[in-house]
Amino acid sequence: MMDAQMIINILVQTSYAATPLLLASVGEIVGERAGIVNIGLEGIMLISGFVSIVLAYTFQSPFIGVIGGILIGGVIGLLHAIIATYLKGDHVISGIGINLFAAGFVPYGIEAVWGVRGYFTIPASLKVPKIPGTDLSPLFITSIALALITYLVMFKTPYGLMLRACGEEPRAAESAGIRIEMTQTLASIITGLFTGLAGAFLAIDWLSSITKNLPAGRGFIALAIVNFANWNPILGVAGSYLFGFFWVLIGWLKLSPLKEIIPLPLMETFPYIATLAVTAGVIGRARPPRFVGKTYKRE
Amino acid sequence: MGIKSLFKNADLSRVENDIVEVVIAVLTGFLISGALMVLGGYDPLRAYISLFKSAFGDLYGISTTLSFATPLLLTGLAFAVSVRAGVFNIGAEGQVYMAALGAIMAASLPLPEGLYLLAEFVLGVSLAVIWASIAGILKSQRGVNEVVSTIMLNWIGFWIVEYARTYVYFDRLEPQRTIKIPVEGRLPLLVPGTELYAGIIISIIATFIVYVIMWHTSIGYEIRVTGMNPIAARYGGINVKKSTLYSFFIAGALAGLAGVMEVSGRPPHYAITTGASNLVGLGFDGLAVSLIGRNHPLAIIPAAIFVGALTAGSRGMQIESGVPLEMVKAVQGIIIMVLAIPGLVRILKAWREKK
Repeated sequence: MMDAQMIINILVQTSYAATPLLLASVGEIVGERAGIVNIGLEGIMLISGFVSIVLAYTFQSPFIGVIGGILIGGVIGLLHAIIATYLKGDHVISGIGINLFAAGFVPYGIEAVWGVRGYFTIPASLKVPKIPGTDLSPLFITSIALALITYLVMFKTPYGLMLRACGEEPRAAESAGIRIEMTQTLASIITGLFTGLAGAFLAIDWLSSITKNLPAGRGFIALAIVNFANWNPILGVAGSYLFGFFWVLIGWLKLSPLKEIIPLPLMETFPYIATLAVTAGVIGRARPPRFVGKTYKRE
Repeated sequence: MGIKSLFKNADLSRVENDIVEVVIAVLTGFLISGALMVLGGYDPLRAYISLFKSAFGDLYGISTTLSFATPLLLTGLAFAVSVRAGVFNIGAEGQVYMAALGAIMAASLPLPEGLYLLAEFVLGVSLAVIWASIAGILKSQRGVNEVVSTIMLNWIGFWIVEYARTYVYFDRLEPQRTIKIPVEGRLPLLVPGTELYAGIIISIIATFIVYVIMWHTSIGYEIRVTGMNPIAARYGGINVKKSTLYSFFIAGALAGLAGVMEVSGRPPHYAITTGASNLVGLGFDGLAVSLIGRNHPLAIIPAAIFVGALTAGSRGMQIESGVPLEMVKAVQGIIIMVLAIPGLVRILKAWREKK
């Protein structure tokens, strides 16, 4: 039967499963509100996870690892923005490029740095320390704070209005004196920084290892959450915790007697089927920013 | 229909720019990856020489390159047709898995010898088309973002195939893989002692058929107009939902062909191996092929050979220079990011004049 300890365990696990989804989806919401789509979240998480482990290992400090993971995410966000805004490139194709590059670079990097194939695990001393007295990660609090701040800035400040104008009515925004490319680039960097933190969280906090499948589709689930949340960071938190909880639940089901009835490989499909079902059921009504993913060209 | 009329739509001045841009992108990919190799303590020159030597150096190398190009041609076409319809259907990966499963299902049936190949193709391609239609219907009926839905379907397909491999179609002798396609259900080898099988002929015929469909039939015209401007297409009396859905069907069928042929044609397995390892990546490499070929069916042929050569040569590169074979994926990623930039030649010219 359920007891208090079990419920606490489920809640703690959910906080872990939800945090990377939250960070990546809130980051993507910032970008898409400004008109920049980045489907390379999966790749950014993977590269950031790798870089954060390399730095944490080199400097023997999880703190430097986290900072490095965030920064490399920001650099990729910048690169994507340069292609998408200044060079008028296709957002989706650039994102596919990021994912493909990451899928090649990280397994290469693991072997080049540690001389092992496939995966590398870090010692417990390099993990981000937990909040004293609890089993929670400090990045869990950080991620929720970031989502709240994002919400406030996006909807309660002139900067937020500027940002949203770029994704909604870039032509009007420009005639109001907003520098579209600059604003979009900044938003894309923020997408990268947040997603970079998500990757660092996966690698040197939650899973304490790097594999070539580190994000395991979480980058794409984050994209689904963006739609689910109707481009609102607060709903993004709700969506991330819903999907995170679901993931945990399936983890529990895999250990339960149900595994005698439903073979494990089929249980592995549940989170993806759930994402698909939720996307199909709820999201039909959501309305994206009007100019999201459309390259802004002056006449 | 004469050859001349087949090519009358080609715009040669744009083709020239396209070629220059692809060459710049490819060189950038090799250059940046080379720099990464130096950082990792490897010798990039030796790596690239061994890569191209093992991809093109002898008949065996060329055969291996072409055998890798065989499925990539089809998954590349699958993506190209989608892009032409204005959708980013990146589900070829999952469709390949499901088609391979269909072929194995056919192989498990007690059939007259002569019917195996036909049954593999029918069952495999049907499963792939069904798999593609799920995303197609969700897109056209519910407005579900196809990038999200196809990625989810890829994962679902992967685990269904893993389930079937371990629980249903496992081989009693080697339970880590599925049963083998019976000898009479296999496509013949073209060059004995290599991996080059008759699938390459089917791939090339499919390419020309897709070219004709896309540029010389009304369905193809409607798909392309939908992709260029869905609003204009609707005013022009085109059923946008229908042509979007058709693009998913065509893409599914092409990826399905790739999946069936990969298990029924390529030696040595003729089965689905652990973790679908002989199928993983075919769909995603198809994206690279399509984008390098500028989403044009005919240009996809050399693009598939190029990416096939990278794949074939990556093994030799790893053996001779120690560079992990995954590096070729990073090369492809950089090429695609550079190719995302439109009018690269124009930008470079403007930049040179400014200096």
